[in-house]
Amino acid sequence: MIKGLAALLLFQLFGESIVFLTGLAVPGPVVGLMLLFAAMLTSARLGRSSWKPVEDASGALLANLGLLFVPAGVGVVALGRFVEGQTLAIGFVLVLSAVLTLGATMLAFVGARRLLGGGDPE
Amino acid sequence: MKSPTELWVYLSASPLIWLTLTVCVWVAASELSIRLGRNPLANPVLASILALSAVVWAAGVPYQRYFEGAQFVHFMLGPATVAIAVPLAQRWREVSRLIGPIGAALIVGSVTAVLSVVALGKLVGLSGEVLISFLPKSATAGVAMAVSASLGGDPSLTAVLTVTTGIVGALVVTPFMNLFRIKDFAARGFAAGLTAHGIGTARAYEVSATAGLFAGIAMALNAVATSVVAPAAAWLFLR
Repeated sequence: MIKGLAALLLFQLFGESIVFLTGLAVPGPVVGLMLLFAAMLTSARLGRSSWKPVEDASGALLANLGLLFVPAGVGVVALGRFVEGQTLAIGFVLVLSAVLTLGATMLAFVGARRLLGGGDPE
Repeated sequence: MKSPTELWVYLSASPLIWLTLTVCVWVAASELSIRLGRNPLANPVLASILALSAVVWAAGVPYQRYFEGAQFVHFMLGPATVAIAVPLAQRWREVSRLIGPIGAALIVGSVTAVLSVVALGKLVGLSGEVLISFLPKSATAGVAMAVSASLGGDPSLTAVLTVTTGIVGALVVTPFMNLFRIKDFAARGFAAGLTAHGIGTARAYEVSATAGLFAGIAMALNAVATSVVAPAAAWLFLR
């Protein structure tokens, strides 16, 4: 578990460093994700896969992903000055935009899958 | 011997109590969600935020002090994003067959997420600062806050809009998809992760492993897409 966490932190650190050095417009953790993904696929090709600790740490984090958003969400208590008088309008935009995004994304995915193939949905 | 009041004054000023409360409230909320059969309305993220906000507000503790403790949890958002590489690599064979639908849904979804905010926000007359902070709300919290800051928005406002979007997406996705009889769990998950980032992904994992995997992929890809689409939309429409 700790070994796995160390690996995840290292890959995030690599990601952040690459973004800092190159000025890429991509978040550091996402670059870390791509690096870890590449490392795992490469080692699978070479027939060497000892990723058990990383798999355990990843499983533990992803199983409690929701928890990680709680501290930012509690920030709602400190918002008074921004949303004054705009709460209803913000709520309207937020809900409608979420529903539109859900629908558009789903339609594009299902439509492209029908057009391009890619196997039947299970 | 000191009094209980002194103990509270001591504890409420220390990061320990806010970290402990955050984790314990989460454990209780997710237990409740499991007991209620993972009903979308019993969303553990929403329940935890409501409970903790009530405590912080009632205790009269400034958010900054709460965050001094809770930041240790918040910090794990980075490693958790990296962690998505694991299921992605494990199931790459299955995912790689769907590159076409993934690409199409990513482009359509990331543009819709940002442009719908521009259009609807102008319609109801949101202030410029709110609108800029609103744009990246479908990207995962860390990324959304960074994008917002780079555009001159307010990261703390963006954090709340992002988390709220995540909760709304997680609440709506299951009834929405059932209404339209969508049985393709890759599509359902992808839409949840793209719209509602990690909170949508957490919800998707509650429903099915396939939905969770595709939600995680969508969350990672949309983090990248939003960091391109949101600045472009700001430059085009909000100058």
